[in-house]
Amino acid sequence: MFDFLIHGFEVALTPMNLGLAFMGALLGTLFGALPGIGPINGIAILMPLAYTLGLPAESALILLAGVYTGAEYGGRMSSILLNVPGDAGAVMTTLDGHPLAKKGLAGPALGLSAISSFVGATIAIIGLTLFAPLLAEVAVLFGPAEFFGLMVFAFASMSVMMGNDPIKTGIGAVLGILVAMVGVDSGTGVMRYTMGMPELYDGIDFVVMIIGLFAISEILLMLEHAHNKNVDDTMPPLGRVMVQLKEVVACRWAMLRSGLIGFVVGVLPGTGASVAGAVSYTTEKRLSDKDNTFGTGDMRGLAAPESGNNAAAVGSFVPMLTLGIPGSGTTAVLLGALMLYNITPGPMMFTERPDVAGGLIASLYIGNLVLLALNLPLAGLFAKVLTIPRWVLVPGIAILAFVGVYQLHSDLMAIYLMLVIGVVGYLLRKLGFSLAPIILGYVLGGLMEDNLRRALSISGGDMGILWQSGISIGLWIAAALLLMAPLIMAKLLSGKPAAQAQA
Amino acid sequence: MKLNSTLLRWSAPLVMGAALVSGNAVAQAGATECIAPAKPGGGYDLTCRLAANGLQDTQLISRPMMVSYMPGGIGAVAYNHVNGVRKADPNLIVAASTGAAVNLALGKLGKYDASEVRWLGALGVDYGAIVVKADAPWQNLDELMKDLHKNPSSIVFGAGGTVGSQDWMKAALVAKATGVSPRALRYVAFEGGGESLAALLGGHIKVFTGDLSELRPHLDSGKVRVLAALADKRAEGPYADIPTAIEQGYDVEWPIWRGYYMGPNVSDEAYNAWVERFTELSEREQFAELREARGLFPMTLVGDEFDTYVKKQVAQFKQLAKEVGLMK
Repeated sequence: MFDFLIHGFEVALTPMNLGLAFMGALLGTLFGALPGIGPINGIAILMPLAYTLGLPAESALILLAGVYTGAEYGGRMSSILLNVPGDAGAVMTTLDGHPLAKKGLAGPALGLSAISSFVGATIAIIGLTLFAPLLAEVAVLFGPAEFFGLMVFAFASMSVMMGNDPIKTGIGAVLGILVAMVGVDSGTGVMRYTMGMPELYDGIDFVVMIIGLFAISEILLMLEHAHNKNVDDTMPPLGRVMVQLKEVVACRWAMLRSGLIGFVVGVLPGTGASVAGAVSYTTEKRLSDKDNTFGTGDMRGLAAPESGNNAAAVGSFVPMLTLGIPGSGTTAVLLGALMLYNITPGPMMFTERPDVAGGLIASLYIGNLVLLALNLPLAGLFAKVLTIPRWVLVPGIAILAFVGVYQLHSDLMAIYLMLVIGVVGYLLRKLGFSLAPIILGYVLGGLMEDNLRRALSISGGDMGILWQSGISIGLWIAAALLLMAPLIMAKLLSGKPAAQAQA
Repeated sequence: MKLNSTLLRWSAPLVMGAALVSGNAVAQAGATECIAPAKPGGGYDLTCRLAANGLQDTQLISRPMMVSYMPGGIGAVAYNHVNGVRKADPNLIVAASTGAAVNLALGKLGKYDASEVRWLGALGVDYGAIVVKADAPWQNLDELMKDLHKNPSSIVFGAGGTVGSQDWMKAALVAKATGVSPRALRYVAFEGGGESLAALLGGHIKVFTGDLSELRPHLDSGKVRVLAALADKRAEGPYADIPTAIEQGYDVEWPIWRGYYMGPNVSDEAYNAWVERFTELSEREQFAELREARGLFPMTLVGDEFDTYVKKQVAQFKQLAKEVGLMK
């Protein structure tokens, strides 16, 4: 049964393929670390190179898969160090990762997140090896109605992030949903909020949104501080560099749980690392944040989204390898790369081209080890980035992001849009809004609306379709339980202080 | 020197912020460029790569062609850019397809219409396909069409494009062919062909109006049944068993050509040089392999012939859009 895997390791362990796995991991980490360049662009850039170099199919795929998984590792770096997510999956990583860096624990944060990434990815690779065909059958049962249920569940689990100011969290989420509405409405072909500008027809790009909201607003805040106090906000001196074993052990359940959640979310076509990061973070906060320390630099709040987003990246290979259906934007590009080599992905691939299917899975095991080996020792080195004055660092990253975004859009409008979003983000931050709900509203809200519309066009407007299948009903009940839980707990524990139960 | 295109693409903008101001630093060096009016990885990317790899492999260009991306406005941003900024760039071609012709017909590409640019040529074509799940009750197109005619709202269609896109057009034409108003059709818009196929396999939609080449991985899997190809005649190879809609008595054709246009003020000299290049490229055997690897069928239409073809097609689509109720 696992012949293909044994054969795969033979393929992946040749010196050239090992070298390519290493190169892919390194380049991927870099692509992920630079905000504005994500795995999709990294792969799109390297694909023609692999083709021009005349690499055989399995080698090209090993290189590109290394870039993909590497990017999920790299995305955490600027999240932790600069409070700017390096890619879509790393948004939730900022919530506890950056506060840790502010405490002088950037090194341990980077180390811990590398280990979490490794654990999450490993769980997913094992899941991929053992259950891929079975999972693929289940994944297609998720239709528009079920995805809508999943989004309701995700929003319900977000309620835990309401914190001290539920109204601002709510407004933030609605603002995010509003931004997601911009562009052509897929159900009717009508333009919404485009103000006649063709640049807005396709909606507002994720990268533009992230860089604007996080990086630009960060620069503006920094400018304001420098102006007011005539001092630069420097980071605290770096404390210890290595993560301690007891810290890793303390996060073990967070990593394992989030790895499972991330894998499942990744397997579903249409949801990816960003949704996985959000669901794993909020789940972990609900389960283990007893003292309300999440958001202030809790290690578990860092481990959860990192384990989740890496697991999701690997999980999205399941539908691609077994059904020939991409589970994420990045696997869609990988699928294109396979077609270029005249390989048709799908159930036949395991029998027709075991070298490619097995080689890819084996290279995921190897690439993941390489990434851990690369990222653990480098954590201390990368943490030193923080000794660069922030007034050099953040604008420098922003310029790189500008160039990256311009490279992708070849259009100045994207840059202007980014600046406008940045100013709005700055004002919101001044008013005490948190940015995470905005991004979550943007990601989940868009998916939620699309799937609601799809479900209703299937049923011809009958709302009943939303709770017809067992999966949907289960998701609705789970969402209801999540919302009711604090109330019920409060009743049950009425002897104890209610505040703790609601936290 | 094979690293050249990638290195140039990255080092140039990284070294100089000046690249922010002028997007054509590389073009000025005499290298050719293809703009894919979309994000990396889609159909337009593939179209650009077909020209870039083909011309390079056959040595019809001396230096690698740069492929750049200009997503936005379903191609409108690139169309306006070429018509407004790089009107006369002799080294620039832009990828286009049937989808672009649909958008031009619907007036979605802004103030410029199809007659503005110089249509250069098409190098390959794909065809629409009508797909159902393997356990669906319909064995051929006729059975599906009869059921659809009887009860239009009972059969849910889905594909990877919005209402009004070329993916939707396929479903609309099928409905029209059996006397059903496209407005009465239940159509679900997904994000790309992959999601639509997943929805078909999961039983959430009943009919998927996709493209023939994207179905190739699934032909042998036994999970789907292709009821009809929307081509003028049967394709060869793995597609030989798929009947056309026309064979089955329904006059529906949907070729998706993959081609290129140039700026409105490009000199005849430069335009003709490109026409010559494309003509020669399409005759090379090496190119035929490349085209097949990208899942495209042969189609070579270059120069004035192509220009006439596109303009005629846009006029037809305008007519069609009125008939199916998209335009007044």
